[in-house]
Amino acid sequence: MNNETSYIGQPVNRVDGYAKVTGDAKYAADYNAGGLCYGVVVSAGIARGRIVRIDASAALQLEGVFQVFTHENVSGLAWFNMSYKDMDAPPGKHFRYLQTDMVTYSQQPVALVVAETFELARYAATLVNITYAADAHTTSLTGNLDKARPPKGKKTGFKKPANRGHFEKAFKAAQVTTDVTYYQGAEHHNPMEMHATTVLYYKNGSITVYDKTQGVLNTQSYVKSVFGLSGKKVKVLSPFVGGAFGSALRPQYQLFMAVLAALELKRSVKVMLTRQQMFSFGFRPITQQSLSLGALEDGSLQAISHKAISGTSQFEDYVENIVNWSGMLYHCKNVQQDYKLVSLDTYTPLDMRAPGAVTGVFGLECAMDELAYKLHMDPLELRRINYSVEDGSMKKPYSSKALMDCYEQAAARFGWSKRNPRPGSMKNGHLLTGWGMATGMWDAMTVPARAKATFTADGKLTVGSATADIGTGTYTIMTQIAAETLGLPIDHVTFQLGDASLPFAYLEGGSATAASVGTAVQQACLQIRERLLSLAKDIPDSPFRELSIEQITFADGKMYMSETPANFIHLKDILTLTATDAVNVTSTPLPNIFKQMKYAKNTHSAVFVEVQVDEELGSVKVSRVVSAVAAGRILNPKTARSQIVGGIVWGISGALYEESVMDHQFGRFINHNYAEYHIPVNLDINDIEVIFVEENDDVVNPLGVKGVGEIGQVGVAAAVANAIYHATGKRIRDLPITLDKLL
Amino acid sequence: MNNFTYSQATGIDNAVNEITGHEKSMFIAGGTNLIDLMKENVLHPDHLIDINGLHLTSIEFLDDGRLFLGALVTNADTAWHPEVEKKYPLLAEAILAGASPQLRNMATNGGNLMQRTRCYYFYDTSTPCNKRTPGSGCSAINGYNRIHAILGTSQHCIAVHPSDMCVALRAINAVVQVKGKAGERLIPIEHFHRLPAYTPQIDNNLAHDELITGIILPREHFNTHYKYLKVRDRASYAFALVSVAVVLRLKEGVIDEIRIALGGVAHKPWRDEGVENWLKDKPATDENFAEAADMILQEAKTFGANDFKPALAKRAIVRACREALNREI
Ligand SMILES: Cc1cc2nc3c(=O)[nH]c(=O)nc-3n(C[C@H](O)[C@H](O)[C@H](O)COP(=O)(O)OP(=O)(O)OC[C@H]3O[C@@H](n4cnc5c(N)ncnc54)[C@H](O)[C@@H]3O)c2cc1C
Ligand code: SF4
Repeated sequence: MNNETSYIGQPVNRVDGYAKVTGDAKYAADYNAGGLCYGVVVSAGIARGRIVRIDASAALQLEGVFQVFTHENVSGLAWFNMSYKDMDAPPGKHFRYLQTDMVTYSQQPVALVVAETFELARYAATLVNITYAADAHTTSLTGNLDKARPPKGKKTGFKKPANRGHFEKAFKAAQVTTDVTYYQGAEHHNPMEMHATTVLYYKNGSITVYDKTQGVLNTQSYVKSVFGLSGKKVKVLSPFVGGAFGSALRPQYQLFMAVLAALELKRSVKVMLTRQQMFSFGFRPITQQSLSLGALEDGSLQAISHKAISGTSQFEDYVENIVNWSGMLYHCKNVQQDYKLVSLDTYTPLDMRAPGAVTGVFGLECAMDELAYKLHMDPLELRRINYSVEDGSMKKPYSSKALMDCYEQAAARFGWSKRNPRPGSMKNGHLLTGWGMATGMWDAMTVPARAKATFTADGKLTVGSATADIGTGTYTIMTQIAAETLGLPIDHVTFQLGDASLPFAYLEGGSATAASVGTAVQQACLQIRERLLSLAKDIPDSPFRELSIEQITFADGKMYMSETPANFIHLKDILTLTATDAVNVTSTPLPNIFKQMKYAKNTHSAVFVEVQVDEELGSVKVSRVVSAVAAGRILNPKTARSQIVGGIVWGISGALYEESVMDHQFGRFINHNYAEYHIPVNLDINDIEVIFVEENDDVVNPLGVKGVGEIGQVGVAAAVANAIYHATGKRIRDLPITLDKLL
Repeated sequence: MNNFTYSQATGIDNAVNEITGHEKSMFIAGGTNLIDLMKENVLHPDHLIDINGLHLTSIEFLDDGRLFLGALVTNADTAWHPEVEKKYPLLAEAILAGASPQLRNMATNGGNLMQRTRCYYFYDTSTPCNKRTPGSGCSAINGYNRIHAILGTSQHCIAVHPSDMCVALRAINAVVQVKGKAGERLIPIEHFHRLPAYTPQIDNNLAHDELITGIILPREHFNTHYKYLKVRDRASYAFALVSVAVVLRLKEGVIDEIRIALGGVAHKPWRDEGVENWLKDKPATDENFAEAADMILQEAKTFGANDFKPALAKRAIVRACREALNREI
């Protein structure tokens, strides 16, 4: 027994890598069909008001333009609000495209032009003449803080802020305090692949929808309920997604548009948004947050207050966990939290990579740094002093929490002990070097997921679940889990996803996929093992007859007797010898809720950042990052590292570059293109080192996996801001920290 | 984007003939700016004349020792040309500070001179913009004007010319060679671009039916003390918030000649010859550079989001002058 089929924890190359770099991997807009026509969306030019007139005559006169869909000619769609609700919908009145003359946000889609070619549709779209009666709009959060109100209703995963102890009293009694306010503008997801849907229409009225989505089942149920179709008529496929970061959690309007046009015109239709239109739907909400921290001179936290006010739309209450981290991360008896919303004339914000945590932990971790300076204490020491082994908000111990190891390993690697705390202490010519650090925290969630597996007589295994791979490596890690569990060479295993006919999986989000779908895949393969053993027992003179599954080892495509590995049988021979074509199973793992309920389940990180600030010109370079992550078992250090690095890059981006700038004259995000909406380029990103600390966790799931999709980003912006303070002595409390703020 | 017809110019005269009298025809070179503007529905030519086949692709010395840069030489080939690197390193430095390698491989020298502003509103057809739609108003003056001008603005437009190359050309005193129906003419770079005044829709003094054939660099060159400093919001692939092109010559420890051209501050590359003369015969010190910067920026007017620009420009001028001075050769 060589056991060459041990893949979990190995840096296995992406199983879909070859398809991706050769162009074999097809994305939603890559599909074609005979008679395919193209839809181009016309976006509203005002933020609030009414459409008085839509004159599409010039567009319709063009030969090859089939239809211009507007609120004037779209009807017969679902009536109830419920029908427009999707798995990630926040509470409220979900937006109905092309069903009203009211304009509720700038860039609202107000017409769809469908034509024979893309070029024609795009041209015709410029000829649609819309007359608006504009009303005054409200798009400024800071100008409307007096209108802040508690959110209405609930959203999956949202935790209500909770108070404990007596903040006011404890804050007054504290020896050292900080009281600060931070501001973050909007950010749009802007994955590389723009949102697109291709709908293939069949004569019998059924459709196949290729959609950019983080949940094919979400797409399917939305289409079914909005258009009144039966599940049989709607096939949804999304095998590849070119990045999403949360933007494809909700069905976006290109889906609605493409399906509408296909059903009305009885033709196949493709609709792809432009880069500019990528700024026309959800985004990370504009947020202002205040933190008040009170401590004793020994650094022990006595009081934490964390209050946040975020923008939402006029029709839905998007909520995220911004303030909650302040009740969890540190040991503190007196915590006060408050979270309010202001309705603005924008579209509804949307989950974006580590929603809430990226914002809230930025505030908390900057405030901790400010407190450390007031205490004349090392910022890392302050975190250590207030380390908490339990989640104070729920009074539950963590299922595992190797954050102390993160601090130690990252600090050692970074060389933190050599830090002179004095701001401006590392100066070389006009370059000021600064070192900052922060803690990161995210959830280790499990969501419902099922998987099916088929093992065939050719020795091949196919496993599938209706989850998504948004570039994170889901295909790869699921293949690894399946191959290892059944002891098969990895190239004998195929994992399928992104198909609504596969067994249920919840939305691909929240860093829950590896844990949830991974468990389902593992379980399906365990079920196959059982079935193979029982088949093997049917073989005449089978040496396995008396054995239980615990006495068997699966490796190298074979089934061994663990005690006497010289006795084995090839898995495919089991099928051949028993004249079995295939073994099929479907798994429905049920988490051990009773065990899990006793624990708080989270991932943690410690991130250390070095910046170089040009004292004269204000420009900032992040020259070095070391991030240590405690996220349970790492299934694939290569894909996991990519996730963390990607998160760090985005953290740097949020700190220094990225903001969708709202022009309040027009109520419109005005830098809506890749040239002016800045994200880091290669030259901005330098040394990044990722450390995965060992963390064993048998509570979260049998694999011990916690997920790494989001934790990498949390805390990074704070570490950058803290490093900038250390370099310059300047506290910049609104992001992004552009050079003008440092002049 | 509208439908358009397309033809390939067969020669310089043919290109000029093709465009003369056709207000809605346009030349296309690298296409890196024009195509974007067409896709965003900002420009709507009904005919494109592709000039890429014209023999304007060489860099060569003229008989009098001046260097001729063909209009269709790419920005990349210009920057990496040995004679440019040797004699006009400022120009190479400026070009390489612009855009990205991919863009520089497509972008041509003629196109770079002609590129339009990056004003957000110019690109967004749902907002008023005098440059795009004369008389509709300027959205930037009371809007988000982080990247906008502080010098030479008018109440009708506060856009900047976004080029890096042109800022260096201004410091070098380049001349733009153009060809029209009436023949060839030479436009000194300082008269090529213009200020917005009442007609911001007009970026420069090239007539619609004129073709840029090349750029001529004077014999006199500065390859000892020079610096192109570009201050921007990220390390690469961003337009200048402020840029400074400096060349200087010293004589017996004092400044013999200095030229300071600024980018990102005006509708054209900005120079103040009066201030440059003031620096003549003065010691090359930070103090003098700072005083010069104050004089250059005396008339600066800001609009809110670009309030930081005068302070940044001053620091950038001092820094660029200092680095030009201290350049190790
Ligand atoms: C994302 C992005 C970032 C960029 N960043 C920078 C930067 O940092 N710095 C910088 O300087 N530039 C930058 N650029 C601009 C780039 O330099 C210009 O797009 C390029 O120089 C234009 O050259 P082109 O040959 O592609 O012109 P085209 O797009 O082909 O033409 C542009 C205009 O010039 C006219 N034209 C072209 N050639 C001639 C000629 N010979 N005679 C008369 N008219 C002519 C065309 O009719 C058209 O109006 C950037 C561009 C992009 C897209
Ligand atoms: S600054 Fe010029 S280009 Fe920009 S909106 Fe005003 S007029 Fe248009």
